[in-house]
Amino acid sequence: MDAIILQILNGLDKGSAYALIALGLTLIFGTLGVVNFAHGALFMIGAFVAVSVQRLLSLSFEQIDSTKTDFLGNPLKVKVPYVESWFGPEVGATIIDWSVPLAIIVAIPVMLLVGFVMERGLIKHFYKRPHADQILVTFGLAIVLQELVKYFFGANPIQTPAPDAFTGSFDFGAMIGFDPNVIIYPYWRLVYFGFAAVVIGAVFAFLQFTTFGMVVRAGMADRETVGLLGINIDRRFTIMFGIAAAVAGIAGVMYAPILSPNYHMGMDFLVLSFVVVVVGGMGSLPGAVAAGFLLGILQSFASMNEVKSVIPGIDQVIIYLVAIIILLTRPRGLMGRAGVMEE
Amino acid sequence: MSKTNITRRGLMKTGAATGAGLALPTIFTSGAAAFTNEPTGSSVKLGFNVPQTGPYAEEGLDELRAYELAVEHLNGMGDGGAMNTFSSKVLEGNGILGKKVEYVTGDTQTKSDAARASAKSMIEKDGVTMITGGSSSGVAIAVQGLAQDAGIIFMAALTHSNDTTGKDRKANGFRYFFNAYMSGAALAPVLKNAYGSDRRAYHLTADYTWGWTQQESIAAATEAIGWETVNNVLTPVGAGDFSSYIAPVLNSGADVLVLNHYGGDMVNSLTQAIQFGLKDKVVNGKQFEIVVPLYSELMAAGAGENIKGVYGSMNWNWQLQDPGTQAFVKSFGEKYGRPPSGSAHTAYVQTLLYADAVTRAGSFNPCAVVEALEGFEFDGLGIGPTLYRAEDHQAFKDVLVMKGAENPTTEYDTLEIVEVTPVEQVMYPPDHPMFGGPEASLGECNDGA
Repeated sequence: MDAIILQILNGLDKGSAYALIALGLTLIFGTLGVVNFAHGALFMIGAFVAVSVQRLLSLSFEQIDSTKTDFLGNPLKVKVPYVESWFGPEVGATIIDWSVPLAIIVAIPVMLLVGFVMERGLIKHFYKRPHADQILVTFGLAIVLQELVKYFFGANPIQTPAPDAFTGSFDFGAMIGFDPNVIIYPYWRLVYFGFAAVVIGAVFAFLQFTTFGMVVRAGMADRETVGLLGINIDRRFTIMFGIAAAVAGIAGVMYAPILSPNYHMGMDFLVLSFVVVVVGGMGSLPGAVAAGFLLGILQSFASMNEVKSVIPGIDQVIIYLVAIIILLTRPRGLMGRAGVMEE
Repeated sequence: MSKTNITRRGLMKTGAATGAGLALPTIFTSGAAAFTNEPTGSSVKLGFNVPQTGPYAEEGLDELRAYELAVEHLNGMGDGGAMNTFSSKVLEGNGILGKKVEYVTGDTQTKSDAARASAKSMIEKDGVTMITGGSSSGVAIAVQGLAQDAGIIFMAALTHSNDTTGKDRKANGFRYFFNAYMSGAALAPVLKNAYGSDRRAYHLTADYTWGWTQQESIAAATEAIGWETVNNVLTPVGAGDFSSYIAPVLNSGADVLVLNHYGGDMVNSLTQAIQFGLKDKVVNGKQFEIVVPLYSELMAAGAGENIKGVYGSMNWNWQLQDPGTQAFVKSFGEKYGRPPSGSAHTAYVQTLLYADAVTRAGSFNPCAVVEALEGFEFDGLGIGPTLYRAEDHQAFKDVLVMKGAENPTTEYDTLEIVEVTPVEQVMYPPDHPMFGGPEASLGECNDGA
């Protein structure tokens, strides 16, 4: 029982990331009809916004410490971050410590901009083309973005710690009557889950309760009619693309302390997120979210040693296995609507 | 995927290996060569096959820096580095046997099939006489087999699996780097001193040849000091998120976590283990501890604060004080502005050792080189006297036990040397069961003729 609760908790944060990426994918697919293979790259760019903000805040000047020597025997150059010399060592260190949450403020405008540029500059020209063309061009774009990041940041994962206040883990088991240390859950992952819930809630509320959202939903259902009513639906869809990019981006920012960002993290998440979208049902936002959490938790279960010893390697294939079963029994996915991608 | 740094057409290889399907199109062909890729022009070409992408890419890039430095020194440029302290004095800075050293590089992508393709192209297209590199034992074993079949020398760089010089040993392959058994033998006494002999260890293990043999070696060595191995969980290479493997650790009753991971995987698994607060827990009345049996500076830099107080082992470290180490660190540091990593050191040393063996043999013939390297004893290349054992082509020398420094002053001294374990303590017979037992054999050396 404790092991099961442990893996459910564990699946939540991974599921949150899948759900956030899949939500953006579905938004873009539902509005623009584009299968965006560059969406994982947006998640990765978000994570690297966190890395960049942390680097910017830690920008340092060198002070020569003549009492010590470096490895070649020259006087040691000690790096002092600018923020520490401006605001004093304590405030400066706190600012650097909180760089990941601070990065969200930077990431939202950056990601909106990246989204606009991507949509207006490239993807717009592929609306009328077949899905295969869209997949090729967005996949190519993802590779270009990935290689750019690798060029500037190197191939190794870059450690991006969460604020000190969130290190350590919270003893969930002790709270619900298990022995201490049996069910522990890192604080930051708890934060991530809460954050994902808020973002998902905000996106739904935006679509459900604002006029803008209503028009977008109408456009998703029948683009032509909305256009005939004199509404510039294209512009709204571009904005939705930006929003989807921002959602993926901040998902990446907050994920940076969980998984040290590297240039191929986007691809790793993209493939799984596509499975999530398909399982959830193409074009269904609640489906994407539900399937994200479902597959995240299933993947956690499959990583349990008890399961792995019965079926070796199951942790690697469980998601695809579940996808096959769901598609065989419900060809439109969990909550798919009729008529999507079925022309 | 290999690219050449030299484009002069006049330097095209002239050797053409007949019979092996290795015939080279060249305008200078002068008939059948005595052995694969015999250099007949004024230069000789070496192949540096390292991961430039994938989870071990950073190690590969540092290896490349060292290879370039070694080529410079062999060709008489720079300050000569550890060539000046090397106990064998035949290298004169005029290339190898008077032939200028050139090189091609390839990207193994940390994948065996890509590494083999890249090595094959180096042998068949570029005509290299020796291939070195690899930052993964899976890759090293694959390329070593290819080199054996093609009839060239393979000087393994970063490969720590027992199998490389164990059950998969080959006559044409040589390993300077230490191995998993040696890590276990060096670490166990230090762990016993630090954490006592009543411990329960939980292993997370990278699921390929290196991980398996390291886990086996560490488990055997720690069980010999009284530890119990509670569990061993295999994790896929490049998994990224290890939380589902880490979460059950505390519940298992273990009080030590052994991470048989390397490169980017180790950075992630260690960081996540720290996030779970494992090191702050007290289990069975003892402080919970983490051990990373194979360390590298680049991993330590990637893991940042998290490695403080964590024990591991290394083949070599730039903080050693012997003359060979100092000479190498000085030339590397002046050229690149940073101290070399352990992988860089192995890459550099293997290149010099090959050049030295060719020079002492007076021939590029791989079988002559094998003979020159077998049983070769040398010193002055860092970490003291070293023997290339004839029976399995494994180098034997002291092994370093390291610990994450509590108060590093720069990003380069995040690890400190705890102990230099004498070579006698890490020695084992060539027919040791972990190394393929009595059946393991080098086979015959192959010159491709």
